[in-house]
Amino acid sequence: MKSEFTLKLERCKGCGICVAFCPKQVLALDTLGKVYVAHHEQCIACGQCELRCPDYAIFMDKVKKEAAK
Amino acid sequence: MSARLMQGNEAIAEGALAAGVRFFGGYPITPSTEIAESLAKLLPKVGGTFIQMEDEIASMGVVLGASLAGKKVLTASSGPGISLKQELIGYASAAEIPAVIVNVQRVGPSTGQPTAPSQGDVMQARWGTHGDHSIIVLSPWSVREAFDVTVKAVNYAERFRTPVILLTDEIVGHLRENVELPAEVEVYPRRTPKTSRAEGYEPYTPDDDLVPNVANFGEGYHIHVTGLIHDETGFPSGSPKVTREAIKRMNDKIARAEDIIEVHQEFMDDAEFAIVSFGGTARTAYEAVLNVRKRGFKVGFVRLVTIFPFADKVIRKLAGKVKGLVVAELNFGQLVNEVERAVAGQCPVKLCAKYDMTIFEPEEIEQSIDELIAEVNGNG
Amino acid sequence: MVERSYEKFFRRNRLPHLWCPGCGNGIVMKAIVQAIEKNPNYTQDNTVIVSGIGCSSRASGYMDFDTLHTAHGRAIPFATGVKLARPELNVIVITGDGDCTAIGGNHFIHGCRRNVDLTVILFNNNIYGMTGGQASPMTPLGKKATTAPYGSVDRPFDACKLAEAAGATYVARSTAFHVQHLVKTIEDGLKNRGFSFIEALVQCPTAYGRRNKMGEPAKMMAWMRDNAVMKTAWDKLSDDKKTGDKFPIGLFYQAAATDYDTAYQQVINAAGGGIK
Repeated sequence: MKSEFTLKLERCKGCGICVAFCPKQVLALDTLGKVYVAHHEQCIACGQCELRCPDYAIFMDKVKKEAAK
Repeated sequence: MSARLMQGNEAIAEGALAAGVRFFGGYPITPSTEIAESLAKLLPKVGGTFIQMEDEIASMGVVLGASLAGKKVLTASSGPGISLKQELIGYASAAEIPAVIVNVQRVGPSTGQPTAPSQGDVMQARWGTHGDHSIIVLSPWSVREAFDVTVKAVNYAERFRTPVILLTDEIVGHLRENVELPAEVEVYPRRTPKTSRAEGYEPYTPDDDLVPNVANFGEGYHIHVTGLIHDETGFPSGSPKVTREAIKRMNDKIARAEDIIEVHQEFMDDAEFAIVSFGGTARTAYEAVLNVRKRGFKVGFVRLVTIFPFADKVIRKLAGKVKGLVVAELNFGQLVNEVERAVAGQCPVKLCAKYDMTIFEPEEIEQSIDELIAEVNGNG
Repeated sequence: MVERSYEKFFRRNRLPHLWCPGCGNGIVMKAIVQAIEKNPNYTQDNTVIVSGIGCSSRASGYMDFDTLHTAHGRAIPFATGVKLARPELNVIVITGDGDCTAIGGNHFIHGCRRNVDLTVILFNNNIYGMTGGQASPMTPLGKKATTAPYGSVDRPFDACKLAEAAGATYVARSTAFHVQHLVKTIEDGLKNRGFSFIEALVQCPTAYGRRNKMGEPAKMMAWMRDNAVMKTAWDKLSDDKKTGDKFPIGLFYQAAATDYDTAYQQVINAAGGGIK
């Protein structure tokens, strides 16, 4: 995995901005309308999700190659 | 300091300076402009700030911002300008920001008669802004007292963290008298926090006198100030309990401070009747009292320096001693309603009203008191 | 738990904020604290955030500084008072399109004129959001609002042109989509000594987008992406290309001029009052 996600679901309002701007369709909204990582393996660690989250609910950290294994 | 000839409006500027006012925001309007003009000259001499704002609302806003940043502040205007300031006077009341607002009254409504005296803003001073707010309203009758009352107004603003209205009129504002000002006056310092942020400081937790010790901006407390009803933390609250308690506390903090009720009484020991007045009108009322006493009538003189909170107890007590009261005011009848409420039927209350641009002649007030005496003694 | 260093500038116990799902205000509020973080002269103890009334103006309550939530339209006079009373403080104003250009319009132009050292960030959502979607002076022609049910016929303000004409010394625009650009724009505004004005276009999906069939929040942001043109490119466009929804972003104006604190210090000096 190229990235590590931290989700603060108590802040997520399910607006879908992160889902829409993810170039690899990594994220999705669950039945309750909150974000979850659906396809982590496709993540290219671009950070578009965190950049535009209006609610500071999603944080993406790049994982260094050695640590990733 | 040696005596010098000074206008009431200039004395207000001098009083403000003596009380520690270091920030004035204003907008030109007759008949209050000399206060701004004086402070434009005086404030920078002591490192203070004068700013002429774009309008009356901004003048009120700028002084409230400066007050929160730690300065003692004052603004001045007249009827139309005071009307425009009302929303932010309410803001100062709710957010508990010390500020003095001078109203040099002129004839209204609307643009009215800009250069002519009036006392038509009495009830506006009390109830001009919306909501169940409390306020302090003071009124001087001489140039020297304009100085003294300004000092008191600034001190009360700081002590109670409230807007204080200095309700003067064109008579006193433009009156010139030879006055000697005190070299020093007693100054109430800005209240400061008693606990640190680490100890859980809350800006709106009231002290024993029900007044909160709100920190100044820029001192590391990271406080939040809002016009929304808020709890002790300063943040908005939608709770009925918080709302009820906040409104009650802000009213009680002023209502229970009886030492701020100042009533000037003379010739009351033997008085069978009395004339109640305030501000510039009281000068004429005083002469009227002297004249009727010379004619053998036992008439006393009552002058309200503190207009609000209204001197209910004082008026109620003296109403029990006299056979009747005349209320002389330069309007269609405003203060008289407060007097009647306090008198509560104990004695007749007669209004001596005038609203024609001219100030009272002593004879006009004498005529009212003569009529009252005739009515009462005739009936009795 | 703090994930990012900028979060220290938030009153985290007050989050999540009250803005609607997909509202752009949260993006701009984050951009402001990120810009503050990049400027060592701005600390939590020496910076005051002043706001007016409206959706945007609730931002002050979430930011861990001395914060002042004033009355509708009056943020700039209050901020002017704070700044002139204590010139050593940094003062940032957060306002909205209705707050700043309608009820506060007079204060806005006079703040610019005096060149008071404030950084004013206007969250432009093109609508009165807090009261449920009434037309503002920045609602574009033809767009619908509860008080413009047939489409607005009131010609809108270009707040940036207004600020420049009125005397602001830093004038720029960005959007909630262009986050890095927005942060940089605010960062540069904070550096300017004088009246800095930044218009940040934000999506209001609830009160504006929905009524005008602009789609989901992300779609409104995609519209910003597709229609915003950087100033340098915009200037090269011929007039027939500056059509439709296209609008310029970037730095529009910057000038060196004496700020009001400095000017008034000269008054104090002339009066012999020494250091304020």
